[in-house]
Amino acid sequence: MATKSAEQITIDLLRPLSGISGRWVFAVAVLAGVVVAALSAFFYQVYAGLGVSGLRTPVFWGFYITNFVFWIGLSHAGTLISAILRLANATWRRPVTRCAEVITVFALSIGATFPIIHLGRPWLAFFLFPYPSERGIWPNIRSPLLWDFFAINTYLISSVTFLLLPMVPDFALVRDRAEGVKKKIYGVLALGWTGTPKEWHRLETAMHIMAIAVIPVAVSVHSIVSWDFAMAPVPMWHSTIFAPYFVAGAIFSGIAALILAMALLRKFLHLEEYLLPIHFENLGKLLLVMSLLWFYFVFAERLTTWYGNESSEMTVFWTTQHGSYSPLFWTMVFCNFLIPFPFLAIKKLRTITGTAIASFTVVIGMWLERFLIIVPSLSHKYLTYSWGTYRPTWVEITITAGTFCAMALLYMIFSKVVPIISIWELKAGQHLKTQAVRLVVKSSEAGAD
Amino acid sequence: MPSPPVIYGLFADPESADRGMNALHRAEIKPKKIVVMSAEPFDDYSFAKMDHHTPMPWIAAAGGVVGGTCGYLLARLTQVAYPINTGGMPIVAAWPTGIVTYELTMLGAVITTIVTLLITTRLPNWKSKLYDEEVSNGKILIGVLDPSDAARAEIENRLRGAGAVKVKATNPHH
Repeated sequence: MATKSAEQITIDLLRPLSGISGRWVFAVAVLAGVVVAALSAFFYQVYAGLGVSGLRTPVFWGFYITNFVFWIGLSHAGTLISAILRLANATWRRPVTRCAEVITVFALSIGATFPIIHLGRPWLAFFLFPYPSERGIWPNIRSPLLWDFFAINTYLISSVTFLLLPMVPDFALVRDRAEGVKKKIYGVLALGWTGTPKEWHRLETAMHIMAIAVIPVAVSVHSIVSWDFAMAPVPMWHSTIFAPYFVAGAIFSGIAALILAMALLRKFLHLEEYLLPIHFENLGKLLLVMSLLWFYFVFAERLTTWYGNESSEMTVFWTTQHGSYSPLFWTMVFCNFLIPFPFLAIKKLRTITGTAIASFTVVIGMWLERFLIIVPSLSHKYLTYSWGTYRPTWVEITITAGTFCAMALLYMIFSKVVPIISIWELKAGQHLKTQAVRLVVKSSEAGAD
Repeated sequence: MPSPPVIYGLFADPESADRGMNALHRAEIKPKKIVVMSAEPFDDYSFAKMDHHTPMPWIAAAGGVVGGTCGYLLARLTQVAYPINTGGMPIVAAWPTGIVTYELTMLGAVITTIVTLLITTRLPNWKSKLYDEEVSNGKILIGVLDPSDAARAEIENRLRGAGAVKVKATNPHH
């Protein structure tokens, strides 16, 4: 980014907050329509019972749990990546962090609803909460589902605050430029921020502590999600590789989602001067590393299973390699490795369009991966008499489509009410850059003397 | 809450703000009476190096310990309160108890950090107080709270001399 004045940065980044175009309204209306359809499908399921879904013996985990794992994984785009980049003091992170952190909060919120949707009787979700109930029954701490409760809530609270804290100075900026009701609303959100050295220092210290705390929490969240599966004696689930495999997959899909979101924001909010090719190039390299790591994990998992030659595991193995699930499996390999690899490995192709195409295929591939972990194992468990199939119904498909639209809708609305790039962080970065240039000029002048 | 009487200068860049701060130090203004505001952190400048000592990391660590203790007790007492038949295995399962303890340790640290931030910065504070919206336009505010009548003219001169674009005063005594 060419050095811009602080005033220009403010004007550019506050521009998306003013005015609503017809295109924006149309997009919001379409997305909201699908979300309403999904809500209707959900209420129909609540009214009619879980029988309207495709969940049948033996496949009791289908689209809903696939979506749960997928969205929780996608949430690793934000807080984790942002925290790592903050701690590493990566200077290029500044325009990227908020875009990423928003994905975490929305994806995590969406993901956390799926176990409740999957319950069939969502009003009984509170049975999971560890409180002294009059029934005298306490939740079973040994159940990984209860670990999910603690891990996801910890991660959600951490991520929401990690997103909100650095937004406060930007709310103050909007407050000072707004009028009327808008000024009052942003005034409340700004908490009375004035920008004293004490406020800045405490904010930066708090962000640093939270960045340190949030990394192990993020790792634990997806490890625990993997243990929902790995703790069960189900073929191809009961594996020690699952936790790191899931964490790597989560970061992989998270980076892909971040690149996609950035590409769309860049185009539709006209942020070409802030979200630069270098950001896509750097994230593209990271995506390449994760793609290779994902391929390594899949290969290691498959090779170990094949060598073990345990009959129940081999049944699931061959079902995905050349059985009924093989089209999905090979599509997944294409989407997660074969298509992204050239786009990300060849420098000429690692453009904004190239990384966006690779990311799009990775998002599809990672959803398929979650599906392929869950369904083939459940449908081919041990004895042949217990085998079954799974076909999602329109209810599950509508709810799934609704969550993708809900994500896009929330993101669009958010980018209209909050600067999607942290203005004060960007200014601080620009200032450091200017200082560095001055130092270089000074030292070269001193050398010439 | 009424705004405190103050005299302050608005500086266009951190270098002149630094000069303004040094000018106030030379005038032997007590650091407690000096007020600074900016739209971004300027960690490398002397005017931004006030109030840099904070026990926040230690408080966060203590919060983690408290959170972890609560997590351990919650997990342990839950298992003891509703003992299920474990076939001879321990009633309190170590590994799951560790997971709950770990998550609540991190939650304790995070919540304590936020609470410490809010308490030490006295946020939220929506009541009227010293502020100038020019700060959000990039100006750096450096001023003196409750200056004595005798010192007002000298402070104003020093701020102007250091390069303040504007010098303003609120609630003058006369």
